[in-house]
Amino acid sequence: MLRFLAMGGYARYVWPCYVLTAAVVGLNVHWARSALRAAQAEARRRLASLKAAS
Amino acid sequence: MAWVWFHRFGSPPHFYRVAGRLTPWFAWPAALLCLGGLIGGLVLAPPDYQQGDGFRIIYVHAPAAWLSLMVYVVMASSAAVGLIWRMTVAHAVAASCAAIGASFTAVALATGMLWGRPMWGTYWEWDPRLTSELLLLFLYLGYMGLRNSIDDIGRADRASAVLAIVGVVNVPIIHYSVTWWNSLHQAPSVMKFGRPTMPAAMLVPLLLMLAGFTAYFVALLLLRSRGELLRRERNARWIAEALAATATG
Repeated sequence: MLRFLAMGGYARYVWPCYVLTAAVVGLNVHWARSALRAAQAEARRRLASLKAAS
Repeated sequence: MAWVWFHRFGSPPHFYRVAGRLTPWFAWPAALLCLGGLIGGLVLAPPDYQQGDGFRIIYVHAPAAWLSLMVYVVMASSAAVGLIWRMTVAHAVAASCAAIGASFTAVALATGMLWGRPMWGTYWEWDPRLTSELLLLFLYLGYMGLRNSIDDIGRADRASAVLAIVGVVNVPIIHYSVTWWNSLHQAPSVMKFGRPTMPAAMLVPLLLMLAGFTAYFVALLLLRSRGELLRRERNARWIAEALAATATG
């Protein structure tokens, strides 16, 4: 396991690449889901206020 | 038949509904393909005879670089469709591409720098491939900045579409930079005419990662485009039905 983590002496270059990529992959999903939820909540609020006004 | 499909997909309520259904069909295969690619690339593939285990950076660097180019082509094509046919969905798709493309261009540059340090002895060199990829990041940032600087969404769509279409000239320059000029960067090993130069044990995980990242991008783009469409079509009647369907489904 330690040999695998050492990556033949390239651990300090290999693992930051994987961590950075995983973070960007995860953050993109988080941002997209949050933006969709926020847009849905905003649309619901608008519809509710229109209904109340009528 | 193709035109009927094109026009139906251009309808915001139809796109919103279909995109919602399609997202998991791309997200799950993306996760499985990337899992297979990671196991193959990090565990099963043998070390490179020159670069040792350092070459394993390729399994995140190449897919990120692939996305940086593909996302730009999708963004410019959607922007062109939006500009020519005045299609809201196409503009929403183009606008949704920018942040995804910019983030993966940054990943491609950062992982390339981390790979370059042990192999070339430097993090950065003003090399044709690196410089044109950096220009791509600036194009994405310029596109996003231009959109944000214009309040009227219609004008923002048209102006940013022109920038995206003009900037597409950089895509073949990036791809062929390693063959047109002397470059520190290695020549293409997968996307080239004839046989790839990698052995199957290294190539198959890379192809899995490339396919996984592509599927991930499609799922992400569908998700982002739905949010973007809701934001743009805030006064449309179909939104009440779409939200009711979301609440029940």
